[in-house]
Amino acid sequence: MSDAPQLLFKNRRLGETTFLDGYQKTGGYQGLRKAFKEMTPAEVRETVKVAGLRGRGGAGFSTGLKWSFFPADQPGEKYLVCNGDEMEPGTWKDRELLKADPHQLVEGMIISAYALQAPVAYIFIRYAYEECSRNLEQAIAEAKAAGFLGKNILGSDYSLELHVHRSAGRYILGEETALLNGLEGKRPNPRSKPPFPAQRGLFDKPTTVNNVETIANVPHILSGGAQWYKGLALTDGGAGTKLYGLSGHLEHTPCVELPVGIPLRTLVEQVGGGVRGGRKFKACLPGGASTPFLTADQLDVAMDFDPIAAAGSRLGTGCVTVFDDTTCMVAATLNLNRFFARESCGWCTPCRDGLPMVNWLLEKIERGEGTMDDIAMLKDQQRNISGRSFCALAEGAMGPVESLLRLFMDEIEDHVKLGRCPLRTR
Amino acid sequence: MLPDSILLEFQDRAATIDHPMELVVDLLRAIQEQHGWVPDEGVELAAQILGTSALKVEEIATFYDKIFRQPVGKRVIHLCDSICCWTREAEAILAYLQQKLGIAPGETTADGLFTLLPTCCLGACGEAPAMMIGLTTYGHLTPEKIDAILEQQRAEVAR
Repeated sequence: MSDAPQLLFKNRRLGETTFLDGYQKTGGYQGLRKAFKEMTPAEVRETVKVAGLRGRGGAGFSTGLKWSFFPADQPGEKYLVCNGDEMEPGTWKDRELLKADPHQLVEGMIISAYALQAPVAYIFIRYAYEECSRNLEQAIAEAKAAGFLGKNILGSDYSLELHVHRSAGRYILGEETALLNGLEGKRPNPRSKPPFPAQRGLFDKPTTVNNVETIANVPHILSGGAQWYKGLALTDGGAGTKLYGLSGHLEHTPCVELPVGIPLRTLVEQVGGGVRGGRKFKACLPGGASTPFLTADQLDVAMDFDPIAAAGSRLGTGCVTVFDDTTCMVAATLNLNRFFARESCGWCTPCRDGLPMVNWLLEKIERGEGTMDDIAMLKDQQRNISGRSFCALAEGAMGPVESLLRLFMDEIEDHVKLGRCPLRTR
Repeated sequence: MLPDSILLEFQDRAATIDHPMELVVDLLRAIQEQHGWVPDEGVELAAQILGTSALKVEEIATFYDKIFRQPVGKRVIHLCDSICCWTREAEAILAYLQQKLGIAPGETTADGLFTLLPTCCLGACGEAPAMMIGLTTYGHLTPEKIDAILEQQRAEVAR
């Protein structure tokens, strides 16, 4: 594993940040030079599409396809926005990337904005990531001074303004249309789609929103080539490397870069050093708080979008949270659902009222006061919230609830039969 | 509410950009940095600078959980209560902080020094349990480490 190709973490040394000199020493801004000197915007878009890059923010949508919906050749105002909200519990890879090597995102933003022919771009950063905002501001100033950013980049007729926006909390801002409202200074409720941001986004102009890690891959795709990038994955359908952040009941909880398609077992047993204290693996969230649980019999699944979907969950952000065999899955789901209920923007009824109802039911069951009717009602809530909310927040909240009901029904029923939590000793 | 230099900078920017409202979060954060929280006068000032109504600013100010519309202590402790910290004994850390500070979540110590608030995931999942004070994140929390952090914060405020 120590010989796994490092793209995003190539310059990472814990506790240090690489700025322009160090970044250029290891090939930084070569992708940008290539794009500006040798390629048309359409060729850059095509390269990213052929490379098979899929969104690293959770949804896994093809970046090239997303860009193909964008009216790049239409003149006028349009925007590229980078989503650095990263607020889903268990997800901390973008922070590690921006702490280590912020120029990758800056270079990626310039190349991507060139490909989309957007004259203005924003990087949206969550409140808790002040260090990342500062790193980006320094990197942006250095890139401007070096002629990589600003007016007539590398002597071309393309110019770009790049801004950092600091937010002030709330998970819903990670939803792309809520984020756009937040950037505009409106109350950040999500917007109705359609129109999609590619048609009417920021300030009602065509806009593409991409995640930090997604954009940071673009310079590497340009400098190394689409076929090389695609070949880095261990799965046939996959592409590239991925940042995997580990957390929960593991011996070690690092954030590492490994190929897309690495087995979940490798992350848990080798990178994470196995479950803490010699205990057994019970379940994990494979990619953030909204991804359905996977269990021990699924540890050989490949960490890629399609294989994890086939296993009944989602790759999400690829940040894995592990639970050992002393964990009560009702209590874990309750913790997750409390987060989603608290972070609901309150706009639509299934989310605003449904999630507190799910909290109430899970609390009652966990206290040992639940009945079989409560379990039936929990199923009913899950079915009726899924697919009926205004945005993806409540849909995500139902990920763990759905998998709790599917995988751990015996454990839920034991709470009712025993009149107490069968696992909690405290 | 704001020192003249910062006020002028915001007035300048608001006058020269196409969409002044995009400054609202920056502006509220600047007011909070000066004043500790955002009082009604702060909302009114922001509205005046941005050429909008106080109500429009209020609906932003009340949405974000890191903008305070009530007085808070000199140091706000945001303790993560999300899933990764939960697996790493964050509940015990919360109990310790409550006992140590003598306050419940949402309250401020009698000396006005600390406010304790639960928060969602801080993105410090590999260093759980974690908390944030001001804009600084602290991970791998233990009671001993919390004692040292609180002492350091007290000393900084006293200076």
